[in-house]
Amino acid sequence: MMEGLPFAAMGHNTAMVLAGTTALGIAAGTVGCFMVLRRRALVSDALSHATLPGIVIAFLVGLALGVEGRSLPLLLLGAAISGALAVAAIQAITRWTRLPEDAAIGAVLSCFFGIGVVLLSVVQALPAANAAGLKGFIFGQTAAMRSGEAATLAVLALAALAGVALFFKELRLLAFDEGFARAAGWPTGRFDLGLMALVTLVTVAGLQTVGLVLIIALLITPAAAARFWTDRLGIMLLVAGLIGGLSGGIGALLSARFQNLPAGAIIVLVAACFFMASLFFAPARGLLARTLRRARLRASLGAAR
Amino acid sequence: MILPDTQTFLSVDLPAMLAALFACLSCALVGNFLVLRRQSLMGDAISHAVLPGIVAGFLVAGTRDTLPMLTGALVAAVSAGLLIELVRRLGKVEAGAAMGVVFTSLFALGVILIEQGPARQVDLDADCVLYGQLEGILWFGPAGWSSLLDPGTWASLPRQVVQLATVFAFCLAIVLIFLKELTLVSFDPALADTLGLRSALVQHGIVALAALCAIAAFEAVGSILVIAMLICPAATARLLCDRMPAQIALSLLAGAITAIGGYMLGAFGPMLVGFDHSVGAAGSIATLSGLILALAILFAPRYGVLARRRLARATAPALA
Repeated sequence: MMEGLPFAAMGHNTAMVLAGTTALGIAAGTVGCFMVLRRRALVSDALSHATLPGIVIAFLVGLALGVEGRSLPLLLLGAAISGALAVAAIQAITRWTRLPEDAAIGAVLSCFFGIGVVLLSVVQALPAANAAGLKGFIFGQTAAMRSGEAATLAVLALAALAGVALFFKELRLLAFDEGFARAAGWPTGRFDLGLMALVTLVTVAGLQTVGLVLIIALLITPAAAARFWTDRLGIMLLVAGLIGGLSGGIGALLSARFQNLPAGAIIVLVAACFFMASLFFAPARGLLARTLRRARLRASLGAAR
Repeated sequence: MILPDTQTFLSVDLPAMLAALFACLSCALVGNFLVLRRQSLMGDAISHAVLPGIVAGFLVAGTRDTLPMLTGALVAAVSAGLLIELVRRLGKVEAGAAMGVVFTSLFALGVILIEQGPARQVDLDADCVLYGQLEGILWFGPAGWSSLLDPGTWASLPRQVVQLATVFAFCLAIVLIFLKELTLVSFDPALADTLGLRSALVQHGIVALAALCAIAAFEAVGSILVIAMLICPAATARLLCDRMPAQIALSLLAGAITAIGGYMLGAFGPMLVGFDHSVGAAGSIATLSGLILALAILFAPRYGVLARRRLARATAPALA
């Protein structure tokens, strides 16, 4: 399958998957901006790892209720609940104990994932359960995605985008000056909850495609790359959405064309390339631009003297 | 309920337990400094980032031998540390975001390498990095309890156990020799700098030790357990005491209890409730470490949530 696939000949399924990953990339890039600006990028790390026990429990619940096979909405609901619990645990630990946030993140991440691994080994030992699909959530399984599922995920991603558009003002306040917002009487706690809900939505939407380890990258990398391009939030959101969407689209295309490139991983690597390019060549805070600016300043200082 | 007979215990459970014990001890020891220096997530980043190194080591050597894979892991861990530092410095990117970008990219690279031809054929997968193969460590030396007294039996200890014990001994030696410096840098890097002690250098050393522990341990216990062990015992100890020697001793104790207790729970617990499969020991150890931490968070004598609440209630009338 080395010859190129023209768009017209691309199957309906591939087109849907492409649309789904692109939507996911746009949503993750946009929502991720707020996490990066709030210096809480790695909370999404904990959140995504913590979805594992929820997925497995939801699977067990589905089994007990007699739902046939695995029902995606049920699994995603479980993922969202345990992810939200993990975020709540991190916030409780940082607020009420002397432990720093990074220790809280790491502890919650590893323990939730540990519980997930234990439950997973229980499920795999159950004779009745066909748990083959569950592992796909760890590393992603775009290839096995059906077009209906891709559409569901695209809708979830669009919902997250709509959330950002709706609460743009509040999120901006939270990202730049939480102390001021609280002093001015805004319910920052509730804003934060809203942001975490959006991140959970994106994470859950991305589990199926890129897997729970690599969805972190889609939330962090485009946003961190976009930070090099501008100092204005609106533009940063656009750039991050663009980089995320391009990574999702290009990654899905590459993975459809070459059969031994798993989509999740290649999407992340494309995003990493965008990050590198931004680090060096972005006009606002890129390395090259900053070096040139410094050289020009030095030259002008020399001329003035 | 079926308990294993003596021979099975000695050649399957005992070596696995020893490996888990030494892995947990060395991670808990180094974890103290990571938690104090707010570098906890370096362990997370490094243990994800070793994946491409392991696969590349395998692809280059063409065998499942351990040495090339460990070398690859070491190279990957060092490059991950350098890349994170580079992205932070050159791009002025916040530490968390820099870690997130670097370790996910390296992990993605690893996932792609795994899918390429040769690695696929021998069924090398990312699972072994996440969960390790504690159950795969076998010790054929001992025959009955009495043989444990014979030093000759111990010479045939599985390589993984020896490796982990060596790393623990090395970390312990380093920590004991540099305890004063490490303590100073952990609590007050600025003072350390003014006293002429290069705190940045010490911090790099701490991260390097953590990387060493992570690499030595991932093969046996997997990266998830490494992250749990780098953070949970040290965090538990942090809630229970204020002095460095006590902190180190408590974290080692917590690490040891978690390793042995978690293994027992994973291997024999399910049978107690009538489920005739053992669950993954790495997962159960990580879970137990979280439980112990949760207990400490709630019930620690001075810094626990309940104790603080009681204190607040006791002082409230005086303040009113």
